[in-house]
Amino acid sequence: MDVMQYNFNVEKDDFDRAGEASSNIKKILRQLGIDAAIIRRIAIATYEAEINIVIHSLGGEIDLEVDPSSIKIIARDKGPGIANIELAMQAGYSTASDKVREMGFGAGMGLPNMKKCSDKFEVESELGKGTTISMIMFI
Amino acid sequence: MRISEIKELLCAEILCGEEQVNSEVQYGFGSDLMSDVLAYVKGKTVLLTGLTNNQVIRTAEMAELSAIIFVRGKKPEHELVKLAMENNIILMLTNDTMYTASGKLYSKGLLGVQIDC
Ligand SMILES: Nc1ncnc2c1ncn2[C@@H]1O[C@H](COP(=O)(O)OP(=O)(O)OP(=O)(O)O)[C@@H](O)[C@H]1O
Ligand SMILES: [Mg+2]
Repeated sequence: MDVMQYNFNVEKDDFDRAGEASSNIKKILRQLGIDAAIIRRIAIATYEAEINIVIHSLGGEIDLEVDPSSIKIIARDKGPGIANIELAMQAGYSTASDKVREMGFGAGMGLPNMKKCSDKFEVESELGKGTTISMIMFI
Repeated sequence: MRISEIKELLCAEILCGEEQVNSEVQYGFGSDLMSDVLAYVKGKTVLLTGLTNNQVIRTAEMAELSAIIFVRGKKPEHELVKLAMENNIILMLTNDTMYTASGKLYSKGLLGVQIDC
């Protein structure tokens, strides 16, 4: 199997379409015959990353890379960046607005859950530049 | 617990997935926090929620929930029902509150996920 790459655009504040990228990624992985339990972990982690781009960032994109031994998800946005990554990673920490909370988000569980779902997890962020979340799951 | 039994216990209306009334769920989970659902749900689960936006269905799709019960009579829009049908998720509507609906199901043996204390 060659390395396969896909890219999905994610708009900020677009609550109607939020989740479409993750939904498409889930369908692709299913077509590739990836193990169902691994697909579920990836879908959950990708969706949390996608929602964060929608609610916390200025917009961004998600890359999916599949090679014979692993699946890589990279969620990249255009800012504003995370000031304190250690704090952001704590379960329960959230800066989500009231509007976002009414939609069912803002529990401060997204980043810790992404980490839990991944075999390798990395957050890079620079204020004013943006945030990149890299997640690898071995297959 | 069978979907048909849940329907009866909660006097629920089935909004979609009627053809799956004989399927069974293992656990119940009540929440309006989608990230909690994504973090804690395991196995064949029915979600009870007061939220009726599209993200509830997306959450159900990713976490592979079997069914969703909208509590205290909050009816979702057609768009949401369509999205649920595409993803094979059963939708139900009850007039009971989250507490009452959960209590009725729990007392008839539908357990919740076990979270260590
Ligand atoms: N892409 C991002 N850009 C800027 N800030 C972010 C980004 N992702 C997360 N954050 C910050 O980190 C905090 C914690 O994120 P996390 O996903 O854990 O929780 P949340 O999104 O607030 O709530 P939940 O994920 O439970 O719905 C956010 O409230 C926000 O302040
Ligand atoms: Mg989040």
